[in-house]
Amino acid sequence: MNVTLRVWKQPAPNQPGRFESYPAKDIPAEASFLEMLDIVNNQLESEGKEPIAFDSDCREGICGTCGIVIDGRPHGPGKAITTCQLYMRAFNEGDTITLEPWRAKAFPVLKDLVVDRAAFDRVIQAGGYISINTGNACDANALPVAKLDSDRAMDAAACIGCGACVAACKNASAMLFVSAKVSHLALLPQGQPERRTRVVAMIEQMDKEGFGNCTNESECEAECPKEISVANIARLNREFLLAKLLT
Amino acid sequence: MELRSNVPDGPIEKKWDSHRFNLKLVNPANKRKHTVIVVGTGLAGASAAASMAELGYHVLNFTHNDSARRAHSIAAQGGINAAKNYQNDGDSVWRLFYDTVKGGDYRSREANVYRLAQVSANIIDQCVAQGVPFAREYGGLLSNRSFGGAQVSRTFYARGQTGQQLLLGAYQALMRQVHAKKVKLFTRHEMLDVILVDGQARGIVTRDMVSGKVESWTADAVVLATGGYGNVFFLSTNAMNCNVTAAWRAHRRGACFANPCYTQIHPTCIPVKGEYQSKLTLMSESLRNDGRVWVPKEKAVSEAIRKNQKSPNDVPDDGRDYFLERRYPSFGNLVPRDVASRNAKMVCDEGRGVAVSGLGVYLDFRDAIKRDGLDVIKEKYGNLFDMYHEITNESGYERPMMIYPAVHYTMGGLWVDYNLMSNVPGLFVLGEANFSDHGANRLGASALMQGLADGYFVIPYTIGGYLASNKAAKVGNDHAAVKDAMAGVNARVDKLLAAKGKRPVDHFHRELGKMMWEKCGMARNEAGLKEALAEIPKLREEFQRDVNVPGSASSLNQALERAGRVADFIDLGELMVRDALERRESCGGHFREESQTEEGEAKRDDENFCHVAAWEWKGDGQAQTLHKEPLTFENVKLTQRSYK
Ligand SMILES: Cc1cc2nc3c(=O)[nH]c(=O)nc-3n(C[C@H](O)[C@H](O)[C@H](O)COP(=O)(O)OP(=O)(O)OC[C@H]3O[C@@H](n4cnc5c(N)ncnc54)[C@H](O)[C@@H]3O)c2cc1C
Ligand code: FES
Repeated sequence: MNVTLRVWKQPAPNQPGRFESYPAKDIPAEASFLEMLDIVNNQLESEGKEPIAFDSDCREGICGTCGIVIDGRPHGPGKAITTCQLYMRAFNEGDTITLEPWRAKAFPVLKDLVVDRAAFDRVIQAGGYISINTGNACDANALPVAKLDSDRAMDAAACIGCGACVAACKNASAMLFVSAKVSHLALLPQGQPERRTRVVAMIEQMDKEGFGNCTNESECEAECPKEISVANIARLNREFLLAKLLT
Repeated sequence: MELRSNVPDGPIEKKWDSHRFNLKLVNPANKRKHTVIVVGTGLAGASAAASMAELGYHVLNFTHNDSARRAHSIAAQGGINAAKNYQNDGDSVWRLFYDTVKGGDYRSREANVYRLAQVSANIIDQCVAQGVPFAREYGGLLSNRSFGGAQVSRTFYARGQTGQQLLLGAYQALMRQVHAKKVKLFTRHEMLDVILVDGQARGIVTRDMVSGKVESWTADAVVLATGGYGNVFFLSTNAMNCNVTAAWRAHRRGACFANPCYTQIHPTCIPVKGEYQSKLTLMSESLRNDGRVWVPKEKAVSEAIRKNQKSPNDVPDDGRDYFLERRYPSFGNLVPRDVASRNAKMVCDEGRGVAVSGLGVYLDFRDAIKRDGLDVIKEKYGNLFDMYHEITNESGYERPMMIYPAVHYTMGGLWVDYNLMSNVPGLFVLGEANFSDHGANRLGASALMQGLADGYFVIPYTIGGYLASNKAAKVGNDHAAVKDAMAGVNARVDKLLAAKGKRPVDHFHRELGKMMWEKCGMARNEAGLKEALAEIPKLREEFQRDVNVPGSASSLNQALERAGRVADFIDLGELMVRDALERRESCGGHFREESQTEEGEAKRDDENFCHVAAWEWKGDGQAQTLHKEPLTFENVKLTQRSYK
């Protein structure tokens, strides 16, 4: 199939960017969206032209590296998928497809479609862990965890940190991401000792990074490739309130 | 050169304990004076960096990923082994040790494997304490599944995302240390050389992948945890950016590369569809617990299926050949990976394969769904079925899945001793990047175990032993060795950019991959290997002349990154072929067609090949020298592996 790409090109951070058009010709319909970009890039490279910069690694929806806003939607059309899980069969012959990077103050563009998501790491650094040094653990079965709690913790822990939630939100809020980690750890007995300090520290860091506020529109949930529920945001608010009241 | 394994004396059960006691200690107050470089933030790297920082060392940690959490370990699906014996089904440290040595086809070092089995239980404890949400039973205790090559249930898992959850545990431990300023973390930094001073590893050279800046870093020891080299085949289940560059650069500086030809071909991957394909997707081997592998008995039926004239669901039971169950009644569908893969290739070579290309076999859940109900199967494997559906546009619940073997893991890697130190003093190698524990074939769910064993429970001890007995002077950035390494890296980058030929980097990578898959893949023979050995230098020459790397060195340049990696893959490919040629026996994942039993099983030659083949770099354009570390088995009797 043949499509036309309108791609955000930006040579470096803090430099102006603009859209450029690229034809994508003779693309097999079974190819993935990123394989389509590989084909276009290989063509560009053999002509000595700079390829379109985009990030990807696992190409199976688990590492959270890829992320392109495609026709206005983070990770493109389709439900519960990452960009690398999108296939060309989702498009039609002759389509013009617009590709943009995640756009958020906290995620500066590095080049073309590549952004810097280190802000997420710093939010985790602020408290998204259980403080246990190697060697300190007791026998794993000494601490039974109700299956339901464990399953719910796993639902939240499934977040891949891709940032689509931020890109989908008109306020560029990181609440879904933060709430997923807070929930994961708050739901488990191991997470209790630091439960109150953790949520406060993570929220503070989130604000410092320049992420916006949540206005309950749930666009984040709608675009989340792992279908992380906004119920986690409600839990985050509760946890935060309790922490503030009780400490 | 002599390769000294430094395995401690004494009975195997006591070796690690007595070694830990005998290792010199670094005084707590002195630890912070030592800087350790860790390259890699996968299971091995993140766990090592965090654990060493907890002890008080000053750690510099590097990754080419944009976040430490995105290391390739994140993609592991199936599970992690541990000799907990929670199932009361006869597991023990000894049995895990035995299974791993046998599974590795008696080509691993006994003492290392025993230690791995010993610390396996601590790993699960540590991960649970970090909040890793392993699967649980209704009573709240941990659940287990079985995996290939074992007859006990010892695999712990977190849905189909075990690697993700284990890595997030290690990543969070690492983030805690970054917050505490004990670890300085550098993301989007690619290591491009090791710096040696007086024969000791004292630093690395990196390129900042955003600004292009080439920098040097010095330390008292360097730890590589840079993963495997499966992408030498271009198509593999590895993440796109996995590469051999870190290990290869260390090899060029003198670190021996051991058993490069040992690669693992995973039996349950989604078959290749076309030329444009960028990578292959693995379906976790845990699927073999409930899925049954088959092809039609008759060639004609396979042909009809390939032409879409017949549906697999219409093939009656007596027309199906459940070839693994038939040939290996006691292990059935759970035979080790190498055996399962080779058998799939065999039935496809007979013309009974089912994908359009003829390279595919069925993995069928019909009977499991009938037995346990759709809900149970969905709960166990839902995300894997979803993934299959996304990629193939077919439902594995309604029609048997199609699978075919693909390159998945590399057992070979930098040679290390019992302390996980290479033959270059001060250069330690952990995780998939070393060669140590899996012999010629790795059992499922054992790589995660090894990565975390190395990082959480081995290196924190052995690094101290090294640092306490090596008091070397600090190395400044103006040292001649540092400048020399920097100049080398810059020159190499400039050379790649200067070629300005007509072909993209991927072209050469694909060509190399095809050659490796055909000549040095699931089955190897002397004639094919010799052909490859003649062709690779031509490919190298063509690459140097005709590659086109657009853009500059001083900005984010993904073509440049790939070009450097492909150049190293070409050199590695050549060494793999040479190693495969030299090893005139079949063992584990290395199947030499000349060495098979009458039934077509791999036939080892213990008399001539019961050794580790460690290759020493001799300079560009020169063949590496082979050194042999003999393997002695005092605790496990060498037998021809049988899973019948
Ligand atoms: C699809 C898939 C599924 C798997 N499932 C399982 C399973 O169920 N059970 C199991 O036991 N094993 C499994 N494995 C194998 C296992 O995941 C890996 O062997 C293991 O995770 C490797 O961990 P590692 O820490 O050694 O390396 P990796 O996780 O590969 O990490 C390597 C690190 O090194 C960094 N790095 C590499 N080179 C450089 C450089 N030059 N400069 C800077 N940084 C560098 C990378 O950025 C990364 O951080 C699976 C593998 C695959 C491909
Ligand atoms: S590349 Fe890993 S999630 Fe898309």
